Amino acid sequence: MISIEVIQRTAEQLMAKAAIEIPQDYLAGLQTTAAEEDGDLSSFVLQAMLENYEAAKEDRRAMCGDTGCPRWYVKMGNEARIEGGPVALEAALRRATANATSNIPLRPNRVHPLWRTDHDNNVGIGAPEIEYGFEPDGEWIDLITVHKGGLFGTDYRMLFPSDGIEGIKRFFLDSLVAFGKRGLACQPAIIGIGLGGSKDACMVLGKRAACLRTVGDRNPDPKIAALEDEFKELGNSIGMGAMGFVGKSMVIDCNIEVGYCHTGGMQMSVHAFCLSSRRAVARVHADGRVEFRTDPDWFTDYQRRETVEWDIPESQVKSA
Amino acid sequence: MGHSGKPSKVRLSTTPSAQALSALKLGDIVYLDGLMYTAREGVYMRALDDQANIPMELPAESAANFHCSPAATINADGSFTMGAVTATASFRFSKWIGEWMAKSGAKLIVGKGGMSQADYKQHFVPNGAIYLTTVGYGTGALLGRGVENVEAVHWNEELGLAQAMWVLKCNNMGPFIVASDLEGNCLFERENAKISAFIEKAYEGTRPATLKRYGETDDRTDEVI
Repeated sequence: MISIEVIQRTAEQLMAKAAIEIPQDYLAGLQTTAAEEDGDLSSFVLQAMLENYEAAKEDRRAMCGDTGCPRWYVKMGNEARIEGGPVALEAALRRATANATSNIPLRPNRVHPLWRTDHDNNVGIGAPEIEYGFEPDGEWIDLITVHKGGLFGTDYRMLFPSDGIEGIKRFFLDSLVAFGKRGLACQPAIIGIGLGGSKDACMVLGKRAACLRTVGDRNPDPKIAALEDEFKELGNSIGMGAMGFVGKSMVIDCNIEVGYCHTGGMQMSVHAFCLSSRRAVARVHADGRVEFRTDPDWFTDYQRRETVEWDIPESQVKSA
Repeated sequence: MGHSGKPSKVRLSTTPSAQALSALKLGDIVYLDGLMYTAREGVYMRALDDQANIPMELPAESAANFHCSPAATINADGSFTMGAVTATASFRFSKWIGEWMAKSGAKLIVGKGGMSQADYKQHFVPNGAIYLTTVGYGTGALLGRGVENVEAVHWNEELGLAQAMWVLKCNNMGPFIVASDLEGNCLFERENAKISAFIEKAYEGTRPATLKRYGETDDRTDEVI
């Protein structure tokens, strides 16, 4: 049984880690990009961001004043049991979000869309979002928080098989240029692309591709992996850098995820995870151990399975 | 107007003289000293649409309007905890900016991403004002360090913490980049123009979507703001 008290305490720590500590994979990616950038203004911006990460860690202060929209991804091993059940889990995550908002502090961004009511704690109707995934084995629960910026850099389009890769490229560029000018997308960013599914599933896939994979990670389908490389290069060849200044730093990495879709369609979504790519992860075990990390490791073979049944790989079969 | 080498850095008062503003060039890096207040849609709606009395002496106390809401909290004893400070995109406030300048005497509009050259010519130039953009975005921790004190917060009960009018005492707060000058030239539009030739090249080998979007533009010199 996993203790609900440990879950809430861990979730509060994760909120702080996500807000304050830039993940190592993104930092390394930005350092590489900064070393290659030769636009004067764009270079200045990247150096300022690198200094900002240091200042955030030194001061234990959020790296960005715009908290974005804190959300949770929860993944459970098939044998995980939570004290109080899923309702207690959701309450713990809502409490952790509210407590962290005043303790860190974070900006209380979440308001009612019409009445603009602000509870000053980032909690409200449907907020924070809590999404779930499951894995065939294990008694653990993974808590992942992502604080993604909210307003620019994301778009969806219904493409068709006849649009082909050229159509996908066009929409990728459209999204980058539209939101890259003036730096509205807060680039250089991790660009996540969702292909297929249905409209809602496509948006979910693309967002997860941006937020739940790491810089340098590649899709296991070698042809999709090649597209990821190609799109990263294409994005950095527009001539645009940080803040939309002349430069070549738009894309820290490009991650593509796919889902089976209607035979007549080819849905596409584009998402930009910004200069403050805020994510933090912890695995809580039944015996109370907590392991922190920054790689969500969300897209396992199980999450990407294509078959009706899940055949447990030989290596994972428990001895009888 | 071109840039060569590293941008130059200057310190500027939040009640700047016309002379100090006229010395600034597009792309200069600025650090601010003095009082700066936050105002975004909530404050504009309350002060302009609802005609509420502005709870500060403007521009005597401050001529710097920050399009921002900080990650900050009001403690039980009434003190403030200031965390990170990051601007919000300014183009959305275009409809209020002329009236706000006339009423507040603001000389510095500080935010994210600038406004259009048309806004600069129409509203900024007649008021002798310029635009400073935050960097990144956003250097929230660095800007947070530049806040020496939270002097006051107004209208937090009416508007919530994220829309309230925060009064910040800035000490060498920055970096900011000069994004418009006293003539109304626009740094971002200058950069857009430089980049547009590259954009055409990047699009080679792509094809327009089979299903059009009603009202969509294919003009790549265009912007979404």
